Amino acid sequence: MEIAWFKKIRKPKQAVEHKRVQVPEGLWVKCNGCKEIIYKKEVIRNSNVCPKCNYHFRISARERLTSLFDDGRYQEVDTDIYSIDPLKFRDTKAYKDRLREYREKTGVNDAVINARGTMGGLQLMMSVMEYGFMGGSMGSAVGEKVTRAIERALDEKIPLVIICCSGGARMQEGVLSLMQMAKIAAALAKLHAARIPYISVLTDPTTGGVTASYAMLGDLNIAEPKALIGFAGARVIEQTIREKLPENFQRSEFLLEHGMLDFIVERREMRDILIRCIRLLYNADLLAAAAPATPAGGDVESIASRSGGASSATAGPRSREPLPFPGTFVARQQTPGTELQ
Amino acid sequence: MAVEDDDFERPLRDLEKKIEELTGVPGGEDRSGEIARLARRLETLRQEIFSRLTPWQRTLVARHPKRPYTLDYIGLLFTEFVEIHGDRKYADDPAIVAGFASYKGTPVAIIGHQKGRDTKEKVRRNFGMPRPEGYRKAVRVMEMAEKFQRPLFTFVDTPGAYPGKGAEERGQAEAIAYSLRAMAALTVPIIVTVTGEGGSGGALAIAVGDRLLMLEHAVYSVISPEGCAAILWSDQGKAKEAARAMRITAPDLKDLEVIDDIVPEPAGGAQTDHARQASLLDERLLAHLEDIRSVSASERVECRYQKFRRMGKYGQARFF
Repeated sequence: MEIAWFKKIRKPKQAVEHKRVQVPEGLWVKCNGCKEIIYKKEVIRNSNVCPKCNYHFRISARERLTSLFDDGRYQEVDTDIYSIDPLKFRDTKAYKDRLREYREKTGVNDAVINARGTMGGLQLMMSVMEYGFMGGSMGSAVGEKVTRAIERALDEKIPLVIICCSGGARMQEGVLSLMQMAKIAAALAKLHAARIPYISVLTDPTTGGVTASYAMLGDLNIAEPKALIGFAGARVIEQTIREKLPENFQRSEFLLEHGMLDFIVERREMRDILIRCIRLLYNADLLAAAAPATPAGGDVESIASRSGGASSATAGPRSREPLPFPGTFVARQQTPGTELQ
Repeated sequence: MAVEDDDFERPLRDLEKKIEELTGVPGGEDRSGEIARLARRLETLRQEIFSRLTPWQRTLVARHPKRPYTLDYIGLLFTEFVEIHGDRKYADDPAIVAGFASYKGTPVAIIGHQKGRDTKEKVRRNFGMPRPEGYRKAVRVMEMAEKFQRPLFTFVDTPGAYPGKGAEERGQAEAIAYSLRAMAALTVPIIVTVTGEGGSGGALAIAVGDRLLMLEHAVYSVISPEGCAAILWSDQGKAKEAARAMRITAPDLKDLEVIDDIVPEPAGGAQTDHARQASLLDERLLAHLEDIRSVSASERVECRYQKFRRMGKYGQARFF
């Protein structure tokens, strides 16, 4: 059920395909959608979308951040969180070695980047998952970073956007990875109660434990076209029910049809749509009227480097005033006369 | 590594058979001494075997078809049980039972996975693998527990959420996610007990509580050992290695600071004596309930938040 199934299936396949295409490295790319050979610059100019068939190429977390924030400028935060190997896990390779290799390959600490910046002039927090780092899988470090992004949005009363791209929970950290789902969902419960908008953007692929926690908990859940989105892996489902699955099964369009997404948006329009949605949902007056919480803003750097050095810490939330936490059944259970907190 | 025997109970069965044979023979005062000696030997051997089960063997015990299930615990620990059905949206899912009952005079809410005993029942209960409707029914009970301020007990025992076509179409992931968030926000006391298999997100969906208990031989993991082996070793046969590597046993989860308490099982496992198991659990449930009831609702919610907030182990350093 853990969706690293996809990672296993998809990654090697892609690598092979890249090798098979005999074109000068860097100048041309083969589209995974229509299999055409396209001039790479043209693809990049087109937001990494195939100009012929509209296939959305997978992009790195930093490319994503640059494409969304105003003038491509943002400030990375929580940069010092990284995965350790709490279980001393070894399959065909030691997890520790895998982590080192992925760090070197991707230039990021783990499979998610937290950033703050402005979009359409509005301050917001963003967490963007990096598929290149172990298939975007979620272990303790990813869970901690996403939770911190949510807590920052909560503290500073600014909107949150999470761009999901993940094979699911990371098996190498066992049940600790599983618990990140609960940890993040609990933080989102607070954000929900605080009436701060959270938009979840699901990109190819978003599966397993990530889908079954924060990816599906946005006030809005929106997706890029044809992204693979699901809980269980297609292979597992086929084995369980012993039948072939339809062509578009677990694709964005399929989920939209079944009521799981609010809409599908093409990458080149993503930024504008996000800005529009946040403007429509983010009610600054309402938040200002709410009981004064912890001071907004705060020195980012001092927080990020608060416990610098290569300390091998267990998860410890930063201390803060307990936040007001009204009952959260606002969405489903309209109680007349409920006062805003 | 020692050879792991899947049939680790065989020596026990052999002894039991021997005792049975002796008992069956008519007459003979001298035989009772022999039988008593064998019975003592049987108990020692049972304790010995169960005190050093491997993670894989514990998985087998956790999946034992005679283990007590949620409805057994409800029958043994609660009175006046009223089961509720349906998610009010699509269907009723028999893989999750939910309702209200009395616990030592206190009205409480109950949610648990339910497996079947015989083939027909197993199929009806879908082997304890819920569909989205099951989680939505669970959320209904959670909301009612909140509305009427009733403590919530959940019993976790599932191979995982059902990986089916319809389940995906109807939003398995959303149903689980919603349940996680809902549980985190409840103000009533929540006590979770993993009684058998804690299978991934399908288990976690009803396992966000103030106290997490685990039966001695229960397991709880991010993926089944077979699934992990198939992915990381490309070989389902490596399930034993995967079971060990993932640290899925109750003592492992205590070490990892995920669970609060390990509930002892009778020698030979919960399946040997349901009533005894229920009373061993009863003791712990009562103690924890009294404990968490004594704090205020807002404190309880914040403590629950911090409890999960602390889970996970990571480092802090700059590499780039």
